[in-house]
Amino acid sequence: MLELLWLLPALPLAGFLILALTGGSLPKSVVAVVGAGSVGLAFVVAALASYQFLGSGEESIQIALWSWMIAGGFSSGFSFYLDGLTVVMILIISGVGFLIHLYSTGFMIDDPSYSRFFAYMNLFVSAMLVLVLADNLVLLYLGWEGVGLCSYLLIGFWYENPANGYAARKAFVVTRVGDTSMAIGLFLLFSQLGTLNIQDLMHNAQEQWAVGSGIAVAASLLLLGGAVGKSAQLPLQTWLPDAMAGPTPISALIHAATMVTAGVYLIARTHILFELAPGVQALVAWVGLITLLMAGFTALTQHDIKRILAYSTISQIGYMFLGLGVGAWSAAVFHLMTHAFFKALLFLAAGTVILSLHHEHDIFKMGGMRKYLPVAFWSFVIGSAALTALPFTSGYFSKDEILLAALESGGSGAVLWLGGVIGAFFTAIYSFRLVFVVFFGENHHPAKEVTGFNMAAPLIILAVLALVGGFIHIPVDAVFSHGEAAHEEHHVSAVIHGLMVAVPIIGVGVAYMFFFSKTWSAEKLVSSSLGSSLHKFWFSGWEMDRLYQTIFVSPFITLARINKKDIIDLLVGVLVSLTSFFNRMLVRTQTGYLRWYAASFMAGVVILMALGVLL
Amino acid sequence: MQAIPLEHGLILAAMLFALGLIGVLTRRNIVFVLMCLEIMLNACGLAFVAASARWGHADGQIMFLMILTLAAAEVAVGLGLIIQMYRKFQTVDINVLTQMKG
Amino acid sequence: MTVLFYLAASVALISTLAVIIQTNVVHALLYLILSLLAVAVIFYTLGAPFAAMLEAIVYAGAIMVLFLFVIMMLNLGQRSREQEKSWLEKRIWIAPVLMAAALVAQLINVASQQQANVSGVEVGVREVGLALFGPYVLAVEIASVLLLAGLVGAYHLAKK
Repeated sequence: MLELLWLLPALPLAGFLILALTGGSLPKSVVAVVGAGSVGLAFVVAALASYQFLGSGEESIQIALWSWMIAGGFSSGFSFYLDGLTVVMILIISGVGFLIHLYSTGFMIDDPSYSRFFAYMNLFVSAMLVLVLADNLVLLYLGWEGVGLCSYLLIGFWYENPANGYAARKAFVVTRVGDTSMAIGLFLLFSQLGTLNIQDLMHNAQEQWAVGSGIAVAASLLLLGGAVGKSAQLPLQTWLPDAMAGPTPISALIHAATMVTAGVYLIARTHILFELAPGVQALVAWVGLITLLMAGFTALTQHDIKRILAYSTISQIGYMFLGLGVGAWSAAVFHLMTHAFFKALLFLAAGTVILSLHHEHDIFKMGGMRKYLPVAFWSFVIGSAALTALPFTSGYFSKDEILLAALESGGSGAVLWLGGVIGAFFTAIYSFRLVFVVFFGENHHPAKEVTGFNMAAPLIILAVLALVGGFIHIPVDAVFSHGEAAHEEHHVSAVIHGLMVAVPIIGVGVAYMFFFSKTWSAEKLVSSSLGSSLHKFWFSGWEMDRLYQTIFVSPFITLARINKKDIIDLLVGVLVSLTSFFNRMLVRTQTGYLRWYAASFMAGVVILMALGVLL
Repeated sequence: MQAIPLEHGLILAAMLFALGLIGVLTRRNIVFVLMCLEIMLNACGLAFVAASARWGHADGQIMFLMILTLAAAEVAVGLGLIIQMYRKFQTVDINVLTQMKG
Repeated sequence: MTVLFYLAASVALISTLAVIIQTNVVHALLYLILSLLAVAVIFYTLGAPFAAMLEAIVYAGAIMVLFLFVIMMLNLGQRSREQEKSWLEKRIWIAPVLMAAALVAQLINVASQQQANVSGVEVGVREVGLALFGPYVLAVEIASVLLLAGLVGAYHLAKK
């Protein structure tokens, strides 16, 4: 099966080609089979390949498909690199991807652009698989750009509404900033180390660069720039909440489970570079911490169901970055996996709620949905429990590993740990706020749940995974064994442990008090002057949109307005006006007067004779 | 008898040619223009004859004969055109001939 | 001979000058005939009597008379004399005179490089005739065709 690994990205790509080239003329059932089936088959291939790989006991396998470009000293090829980390990623992408595709066959059934949707989704899965399978950074960048493109196409899927187009454009432009940083990082790495093959790169870097040297700092900083763009961390996190304009399944797939984790994957893949620049690694942790706190506060104030989940995603990826920053590589990847499970679950359940309520997004217009939407309710409860890291859910294990690793990393680790715990507290509050407001309380709109087998089954499977996924042991030890503090048991006091367990539960209790039993009034908190200004500040995402608007967008638009006549065009226009000037001059010689023509003959003759005489 | 220097003959031809040229460029009456063209042709013939006289050959005179033939044919056709023009425009002003049509 | 040459040359120049300055068409024509006859004399002094006769008979005799016929036919009248005067302003002479002067200067420059003299040999009718029907017979034939074409053309153009 390993020789057939190329099928893994090829199957969804074939699905995309079939759906794109038939352009919506196929019946919906065929589209569903092609769209979801290709990803399902890809999952089977991934499972078989992973089984074979893990059974073979090797550390890593390289499969070269063909050579892409050879130019001077640089060669890059389509070749795959399979190790424990790759196995985790391909299983998540194809597995969770397949479940989401299956769900979408039901969710998008009434949409006229059914075929286009699945075409884009398949292209996305294909690009993401290329990204994680790539053994060199150029191929990775190809996948990186591919997922960026599909994200743009899918956010702006309902393009008739211009607001969706703007959201898609914003996502693309902001991630582009990160992509440029990453590209410069690639140039730097190639020029210094002469190769972009990831394993060779890390090997050469370890030999040639000293720890903390400027070049290592520069390279890892540039790669970090790319990662924060794709993973929606500070300072490039502004695009993700607006990306919720797209259909809910893509929010689940792209902006929760897979694409936004590409940044985490990149850092994990090139972890040697980050270990060579401890300052940047610490920066990763701090970026993660600040982002998770910022997003957590913002999620408290949102009332659009998907935006709450979006900010929650930003916050959870902040945890992953935190883990990466303190050197807990496998913990971060573990959290990536569990997050894929419960966040996809939450988004798909939110989709069910939205669809059942006829595209209503505001949670304060919902209430008491428990009776009407049972599947969605239980999905939300399980998903929120995992998100909050209640004991023995998958989220509990992964988040705890990260926080403990942070605590044990020494130095400012305690601050990181404390910040993580505070973040967990607020996570509990906002996620159960969502549950209580939507599913409990008074009901204003009786609704019938929209489910079929193809929508309920993924929810159930993901719920199970969200609960028991914590017990899966991911095979990434070999990948990171030379890097991290080995996967040892953490020796911490029972107090710390107890605190980490209790804080989320206390958070649930706080949410209960505010939103279920209404003993404490959220409205009173918000109406106080400090409360209302804080609320407004946090609601707008800490005013980052306005900041970027002032610093970048408005000057650019002003410059563009000044340049409306287009200075460059004017320079070209000089050529045009010069030509027409000479034309007009020459036209005046065509007088029609015979004597004028005769005179010009004679003038020519005189000049030529003069030349003949003089020269 | 003193010999006539060739250059004097050629200079004379040049000056006659130049005078004819001035006439072509300044006059507005088309008949005058034609006459000055004749002057120019005649000057060319003079140059030929003078040159052949230097060598004592007949070739220049034969060329002069050809020029003469040419001038005759040209004058005939040119005068016919002048008559046509006079019929159409009622004037012999050369400046009315500015369009290619008609 | 040489005296005659220079005399005839000056007559030719002066009468040509008069041609281009005249306002009366017929007067200009007569001056032209005078110029042509002077050139015929020049031909004779150069030792080319055949060319001289041709000039006198064909050029001055036939072609100029043709001109005269057409002028008479056009019947321009008094009005045209005044018209001519008005058309002949002082300022339009400047540019052509300058150009022609430049041309003459160049030509004189080139011509002055000749150091030879005209040979006094008279190339009579016999030599010309022998050359015409010897090496240049083709030219004669073509010239006759040209004359035919001119004849036909003139006939058609002058038709009503």
